[in-house]
Amino acid sequence: MQVEVSLTVNGKLYKQNVEPRMLLVQFLRDELRLTGTHIGCDTSSCGACTVLLDGKALKSCTMLAVQANGKSVKTIEGMAENGALHPLQEGFHQEHGLQCGFCTPGMIMTAADLLSHNPSPNEHEIREALEGNFCRCTGYHNIVKSVQYAANKMQAS
Amino acid sequence: MVPYKVSYHKANSVAEAIELLNKYEDECKIIAGGHSLVPMMKLRLAEPENLIDISGIEELSGITETENFIIIGACATHADIGRSDIIKKHAPMLEQATNKVGDVQVRNFGTIGGNIAHADPAADWPTLLLAANAKIIIQNAEGTREVDADDFFQGLFSTDMEENELITAIYIPKSAANRNSVYRKFPQPASRFALVGCAAAIEVRNGKVANARVAFAGVSATPFRDSGIEKALEGRNFNAESIEAATSNVANGVSVMQDHFANEKYRRHLAGVFAKKALTDLA
Amino acid sequence: MTLIGTSVKRVEDKRFITGKGRYTDDIVLPQMTFAYFVRSPYAHANIKSVDISSASEMDGVVKIYTGKDIAESGINGVPCGWQVDFKNGDTMKEPPHPLLVADKVRHAGDAVAVVIAETYAQAKDAAESVMVDYEVLPAVVNAKAATQEGAPLVHEDAPNNLCFDWELGNPKAEVDAAIEGSHHVTTLDFINQRVIPNAIEPRSAIGHFEGHNDRYTLYTTSQNPHLTRLLMCAFVLGIPEHKVRVVSPDVGGGFGSKIFHYIEEALVTWASKQIGRPIKWTAERSESFVTDAHGRDHVTKAEMGFDKDGKITALRVKTYANLGAYLSTFAPAVPTWLHGTLLQGLYTTPLIHIDLEAVFTHTTAVDAYRGAGRPEATYLLERLLDTAALEMGTDPAELRLKNFIQPFDGVTQEGYQTQVALQYDSGNYHEVLHKALKMVGYEDFRAEQKAARENGKLLGIGFSTYIEACGIAPSAVVGSLGARAGLYESAQVRVQPTGKVSVFTGAHSHGQGHETTFAQVVADKFGIPLEDVEIVHGDSESVAFGMGTYGSRSLAVGGSAIVKSIEKVLEKGAKIAAHKLECSAEDLEYAGGKWTVKGTDKSISFGDISLTAYVPHDYPTGVEPGLDFSSFYDPTNFTYPFGAHIAIVEVDKDTGKVTLKRFIAVDDVGNVINPMIVDGQIHGGVAQGIGQALFEGTIYDESGQLLNASYMDYVMPRADDLPNFEVDRTVTPCPHNPLGVKGAGEAGCIGATPAVVNAVMDALTPYGIHDIEMPVTSQKVWNVINGN
Repeated sequence: MQVEVSLTVNGKLYKQNVEPRMLLVQFLRDELRLTGTHIGCDTSSCGACTVLLDGKALKSCTMLAVQANGKSVKTIEGMAENGALHPLQEGFHQEHGLQCGFCTPGMIMTAADLLSHNPSPNEHEIREALEGNFCRCTGYHNIVKSVQYAANKMQAS
Repeated sequence: MVPYKVSYHKANSVAEAIELLNKYEDECKIIAGGHSLVPMMKLRLAEPENLIDISGIEELSGITETENFIIIGACATHADIGRSDIIKKHAPMLEQATNKVGDVQVRNFGTIGGNIAHADPAADWPTLLLAANAKIIIQNAEGTREVDADDFFQGLFSTDMEENELITAIYIPKSAANRNSVYRKFPQPASRFALVGCAAAIEVRNGKVANARVAFAGVSATPFRDSGIEKALEGRNFNAESIEAATSNVANGVSVMQDHFANEKYRRHLAGVFAKKALTDLA
Repeated sequence: MTLIGTSVKRVEDKRFITGKGRYTDDIVLPQMTFAYFVRSPYAHANIKSVDISSASEMDGVVKIYTGKDIAESGINGVPCGWQVDFKNGDTMKEPPHPLLVADKVRHAGDAVAVVIAETYAQAKDAAESVMVDYEVLPAVVNAKAATQEGAPLVHEDAPNNLCFDWELGNPKAEVDAAIEGSHHVTTLDFINQRVIPNAIEPRSAIGHFEGHNDRYTLYTTSQNPHLTRLLMCAFVLGIPEHKVRVVSPDVGGGFGSKIFHYIEEALVTWASKQIGRPIKWTAERSESFVTDAHGRDHVTKAEMGFDKDGKITALRVKTYANLGAYLSTFAPAVPTWLHGTLLQGLYTTPLIHIDLEAVFTHTTAVDAYRGAGRPEATYLLERLLDTAALEMGTDPAELRLKNFIQPFDGVTQEGYQTQVALQYDSGNYHEVLHKALKMVGYEDFRAEQKAARENGKLLGIGFSTYIEACGIAPSAVVGSLGARAGLYESAQVRVQPTGKVSVFTGAHSHGQGHETTFAQVVADKFGIPLEDVEIVHGDSESVAFGMGTYGSRSLAVGGSAIVKSIEKVLEKGAKIAAHKLECSAEDLEYAGGKWTVKGTDKSISFGDISLTAYVPHDYPTGVEPGLDFSSFYDPTNFTYPFGAHIAIVEVDKDTGKVTLKRFIAVDDVGNVINPMIVDGQIHGGVAQGIGQALFEGTIYDESGQLLNASYMDYVMPRADDLPNFEVDRTVTPCPHNPLGVKGAGEAGCIGATPAVVNAVMDALTPYGIHDIEMPVTSQKVWNVINGN
């Protein structure tokens, strides 16, 4: 059985026929070749696959593509606008919030959700908000600073 | 990391969902947020042949109120509940729980209906609904029925539901006890499910406990209310002394789960600690 | 502007923060197929039969191979890269590790068959229909238990499951006598538990054979593509190395687990030729848990003697090291030459002996994991020190200061010869501890702790002062110790005609920031903008050779190779410049991107010389055109970073939960090229070290099942489990490499673990216990508090 999935991804409408069992993350990576969204586990634990679905952070491995039919997805590839990095992208660069880069897209998307409803989170709030995202490289120290950098920048502008 | 083959059906109304349920009987599963079901499907621990997607059914979403009840639609997400002013006012423990269920991503899309239908013994909601004296509204082809939370959870991943039924809503009484309620949780450090969670709703009238509902998650294969604690409190002054006495022997007679994070003795002890913390918060 | 020593923002970041990183699983090739492995659910079982008939009929299946096919194809197993001999001189037991097993499985996760199909989902569907009939056998998982009479054998030709036994240090009798004669002896019997590296990117490999030119390409998640190519070509598949290209594109963390050559890499490479199409395999996380090489897993008894003044008299260690079911690439080196040799620590211990048995068990292979042997040595020493201080009623910081080796710079003073083979290069151990004590506010803390105890609160402080051996190492030395490869590094510095520079390094970067740090070195030495330098790594086609990234060696060894090539460029450049400026090369000095005739303002720029080198119209006779040099750098010694870590914890009496309140790390990694990156490496290492102390550890049942083989059960530190870290450093340059650098990748992970456990023990002092097993879970602590 195939079903038609129609999704707006990073502002562009896509229509594809897929198997209903296809996960959203597989749709993004394999069908649309948007490989910035990563897969790090099979238990919905690591957060590497986090995207924004209708503006809210979602582990895209925990939703079938067909469930997202008609909705709007933003991935890491859609964060920079008109060539300008999103403040979170800038923050991760400025504060050395990434090493191997594998968890980074998921971290940035989760942090984007946080900043959308809490524009100036403290350290504790940032750490809690990122509890669903593993990073094995940074010890989270600089990730926290990266989110703070972005929050400050977004507040200032 | 990829489920078995499955067919997908979108239900646009409750009636349509029920029709599909009756059509596919034991070869289908309801999916809403999918945050309990999809992880099981990925690991191939669940292999439904058909999925009936109820996430688009408007009447199942949202949180409303009547004079005596808060009505939580089955498809309300954890985050929806956390943001609701009605919940905040009438059942603070539910709001607290929404910050403790899963993680941000799970809270955004996981639904309360899916959570309780899944009936994981370490999940938070079943316990909260027990403490809240909630009613689960279940619909089938014949109509709707109400089940008290006390009767709904029947065992490990097991509920009072039949295959052809659908949870449509959860009713939370607007009671004095629910207004004075709290949820305290000690998470399993990896999954962040409850190693022990304690939900307590206490009505105090004229300085005495008039009504106590204290329930546990993660302790036993079935979430349960601890009648020992409740009875020990009712009619007493609500203070450190009565709390101490009431929590001295929690989960008495209950078969307590064991795993490598907590053996029976430790888990039982934690249940006591968190019961005490919860009650102390309310006293 | 000097770039060395500056926190330059990373040049590699842009692709990662925009989602344009290119990891192995991101690569799609035309006609690509997908592999899914059928793995044993049992730890030990005879394979009675494998039935692929129904699976072969399923949708999309291209081909299925079983162990029998592999055996009949004459393919060897994956080899071990390090040989350690028995005490009596016999060669270690080295049983084959076939790509797919045909007769017997030896750990849960052992590969029995592989299904290749048009899609990943189809491969997985069909793999579930491969019917394997197992005869389940008893298993053994604990290293010490495996050596006992009657334990189930992992390999028939390894009696008592012994791979080898080994010893190092002073004569055993002398050490025994010194221990017996000591004023005080502290003894610890403990397990340094098995942990799983858990890089967040699962392993992945794509094999691609192209028949028109008989060439193979393997894309793989490897920390050292060249070594993978060498091992796979020469030992496993017997295919010509010059026809094989191995590419490690962006790699999502390694921590040791991606050093090794794995069966899946060889299998997809071989099978691609058989089916004539590319094959991709990517591990599911549950597969990673049982197939990525694990780390640590020692059962140890350690005794440390002291005289009446608290000076260490002797150290005696007996360790059983669990190697798992098969020998992974560097497995024999880890508990021996990377562990026994570190038992001197920072102390003047005059007599040391370690006796070790390396043991096969029915578990996943164990090999190097961040620190590799050195964390085990440090844990042993630092737990002994804090325990001894407690037992003798002395202060743990003072006990260390009393026993530290005196400062030596390795230039005017000789290196320090240890009792366990190594000669330390340079060190100032007192300084790091003094600095850390100052940062933590030691006296104030003790006062706070006392007050807290009076209020029923349990606070604790723990120390760890460590040394590690990095930058491995002189090839001749490691060769004499059993390495079957050299451990140098290569670097090619190619100055392009326009003065832009491409640097080809054998040190792969998978988070360490080589593309920035190495470029800083090159740009600084040439006096050109950072943007004019590009670091190329990870492709055997473009990089001459490489020994890879591990053991904190990239900058110390790979960076030194780059410096050698830079020097060659400058030397040749000077000859060309001398010709152009009509002087002799000796009259020139190089600074600020140009050669200047000393004492004049006559100069010529780097770019002019590079152009001249490639357009040699006006050119010195006897000088070849071009400006492109390769170098191989083989160090004269290991490097020896060191440091002092201090942890402060609070223990909740009610639940037993340990909360890490502060973590202070003062590390000395020699000279620092990019402080921001070094701090980041320390942070990450510390987090993993804390992980082992408080959260991580495999749980095997008696039958060999890994019970916590998912992130739902295996605990790793999350953002809200950790505090911000307080890090600082001292700088004691390495005297024997041109950059004076020592290495920073593993330091955090080596130092942190015992500091945290010591802090918990300090908090639990009122309960009169001397040890607690890692990971220090809430339940264990609660048991201690309640005398269970």
